[in-house]
Amino acid sequence: MKGLRKYIEKIKPRFEKGGKYENWHSVFESFETFLFVSGETAPKKGAHIRDAIDSKRLMSVVVIALIPAMLFGMWNSGYQHFLSLGQNVAFFQEFWHGFIKVLPIILVSYIAGLGTEFVFVYIKKKEIEEGFLVSGLLIPLIVPVDIPLWMVAVATILAVIFGKEVFGGTGMNIVNPALLTRAILFFAYPSKMSGDKIWISGLEKGTGIVDGFSGATPLAQAASTTHEQLTQHGFQFFDGFKENAINFYDMFMGWIPGSIGETSTLMILIGAAILLYTGVASWKIMLSGLVGAAVMGIMLNTFATPTNPYMALPFYYHYVMGGFAFGLVFMATDPVSAAQTERGKWIYGFLIGVMAILIRVLNPAYPEGMMLAILLMNVFAPLIDYYVIRGNVSKRLKRVKVK
Amino acid sequence: MSDLIRIKKGLDINLEGKAERNLSETKTSVFYAVKPTDFHGLTPKVIAKPGDEVKAGTPLFYDKYKPNVLFTSPVSGKISAINRGERRKILEFVVEADGKNQSEEFVKSNPNELSREVIKENLLKSGCWPYILQRPFAIIANPNDIPRDIFVTTFNSAPLAPDFDFVVKDDFENFQTGINALRKLTDGKIYLGIKAGQISSLYKTTANAEKVEFSGPHPVGNVGTQINKIKPVNKGEIVWTLNATEVIIIGRLFNKGIYDPTRIVAITGSEVIRPAYHKAISGIQIEKLVENNIKTTDGEIRYISGNVLTGEKVSPKNFLGFYDSQLTIIPEGNEPEFLGWGAPGFGKFSISRTFFSWLNKNKELKINTNLRGGKRPFIVTGEFEKVFPLDILPMQLLKAIHVKDLDLMEELGIYEVAEEDFALCEVINTSKIEIQKLVREGFEFMIKELG
Repeated sequence: MKGLRKYIEKIKPRFEKGGKYENWHSVFESFETFLFVSGETAPKKGAHIRDAIDSKRLMSVVVIALIPAMLFGMWNSGYQHFLSLGQNVAFFQEFWHGFIKVLPIILVSYIAGLGTEFVFVYIKKKEIEEGFLVSGLLIPLIVPVDIPLWMVAVATILAVIFGKEVFGGTGMNIVNPALLTRAILFFAYPSKMSGDKIWISGLEKGTGIVDGFSGATPLAQAASTTHEQLTQHGFQFFDGFKENAINFYDMFMGWIPGSIGETSTLMILIGAAILLYTGVASWKIMLSGLVGAAVMGIMLNTFATPTNPYMALPFYYHYVMGGFAFGLVFMATDPVSAAQTERGKWIYGFLIGVMAILIRVLNPAYPEGMMLAILLMNVFAPLIDYYVIRGNVSKRLKRVKVK
Repeated sequence: MSDLIRIKKGLDINLEGKAERNLSETKTSVFYAVKPTDFHGLTPKVIAKPGDEVKAGTPLFYDKYKPNVLFTSPVSGKISAINRGERRKILEFVVEADGKNQSEEFVKSNPNELSREVIKENLLKSGCWPYILQRPFAIIANPNDIPRDIFVTTFNSAPLAPDFDFVVKDDFENFQTGINALRKLTDGKIYLGIKAGQISSLYKTTANAEKVEFSGPHPVGNVGTQINKIKPVNKGEIVWTLNATEVIIIGRLFNKGIYDPTRIVAITGSEVIRPAYHKAISGIQIEKLVENNIKTTDGEIRYISGNVLTGEKVSPKNFLGFYDSQLTIIPEGNEPEFLGWGAPGFGKFSISRTFFSWLNKNKELKINTNLRGGKRPFIVTGEFEKVFPLDILPMQLLKAIHVKDLDLMEELGIYEVAEEDFALCEVINTSKIEIQKLVREGFEFMIKELG
């Protein structure tokens, strides 16, 4: 590594003030600090020792936590594909198919996003902020596997610019950039983001698909369950073939159609364990989100009517269906767009749970509600914080009056 | 009879190089200095000129805005230099000691029998006044104020900090006299923050003061934490604060009639051969204090006047700070580390568990001064709350300071804090923000705006 260090020291002057490439200083610095944690020391006055954590470490922990869901998503993409073809192939072949499908989405997301970030690094003359390392991996995991790559690129670029950089970059954004990417895709290209055909690779094209195969997600199946079906059989879920029922366990394990990384609750739980153990994500948000969903789910169960049989779905099914778990663990806990006060986090998480189930069950337009619930609460988080802060302020004011 | 207050939030950092609890030889140096830069918001006006003969307690300069606050020489001798920095800012008054230990004569009397005015006068003239700080803003107290209460912390919980129980052992008489003098300056109470569990603690026998016991991790010993838990400062109120070590100096003034800023200084840190306590006079030259006591290493080392959380980096030629009873020496961390953010990080210091350093919790750590990352805006939330025990929203207050929102700063409790209260926040901050500097900027802004 000494050679590399020497090389960097050698070319460094060219990027310093007065050097040939001084305009590229911040870009150079971004790469340099990626390779070497800088030798910058604590200032003359203040704290002289510092915690080893920095935003690079923080973001890389989140990326590591995402890896189980990502790998599973790759395998599941292949598994679903061959299922729809009616073929029984080896595990590795399934994984390979998914890998070939998912990798380009990851690459496009990173290249488009980081490319945009570097433009801003150049313009703002500030070292790159690492937030996109996480967003760049989140985006591929929350889109359907057959999404056209150019759409990913367009949505990512728009989200980075209008979701993040116009506010001043990482730490300043109001909504989660990865979710914003999904929202842009969702509203701009609805035909590629919803329906029964888009969740399984190759299904839309339709070549070689087994007769009678439906690619409907459990969420869509739950939403379309009629009152008659419900009274006769209760809720029934199928894996694409009407005769193959899937149960809670299958959904928990994740071999169901859905966005790439969202299907396996188990893999997401592994990620959650990493985030909670390292202290990177807030357990308060996760816990209160679960509670909020349970409260809303039970409430809907209580008032279930024949006109909307979906209301009768037991609340714990919501945990393993669709993007609820993924959203709660990886999106809702984004510290920048979540509530920032500790008390506010309880309220914020709870309301995400409530809203997600409310939108899922009572909104007839689309079966998934997690994305909109989080985006909505992202917007309301400052308001929640405002009231928590006022609480602290009025406590202080009361102290004066008591005297 | 005393109450016990338990602090839960906070952090004790277990560093290498704790001073042995025995008193080594007294250290002296040829040059001593008083540094106007040790006092926030001070504009010094020169009284003594280079070449002047001075005694301990002879005024060197005064505060332009509070002219009766005098800053005096710690030793007898001759003024050898007034060193200035950029824009002729005075950095230090250097006194060459003559070794005669002569002192100006001040009122020597039992403070219980003196009036408030005489006590004040004695403190101001002798140069003891600057030991009294006020909250809000942690600046030197205004002699014209009458504080609501006076808070004295009798222990320091910062990493490697000197043990005040040990420091006060032979000086307890002076401590009590100091408390008696301070007692006259307020119509309220004197509160002593005492470390819980020390049965032998002399402080428990102190008369004329309310005693409150505290237990828990740092910043439990910070006077700001103690005020917040005992009786927080409200808008419009003023309290004064002192450390036990400085009460002793005040006590000496009344018991002996002299200004004698002798302290027991702890020499600490991983780069010290024999971490120990030494008697030394305030303002002693650093290199004399640590003569033949520094490990030889390849890398650079940093001398810190004070502790690793709040101290100031000084050169060996420089002098111990006015308020400091500690010198810490740790390695500089100016070596870049290849992919340091990605390494497993065995033995790295972090309160998060993102490094594999939780494996060896009880080990004494040797931490260098590396910043360990680039500066970022506030990203992580909830991290300050783990180490900030005051009933204040730390991040929101810091953001209010950042945007200079005067009303919000006031509402969120800026009057209750000092920068040292945020020191741990600065240590653990993922975004490497200079939080203590930010807090001080907030104070300066408030002082300017409020006139």
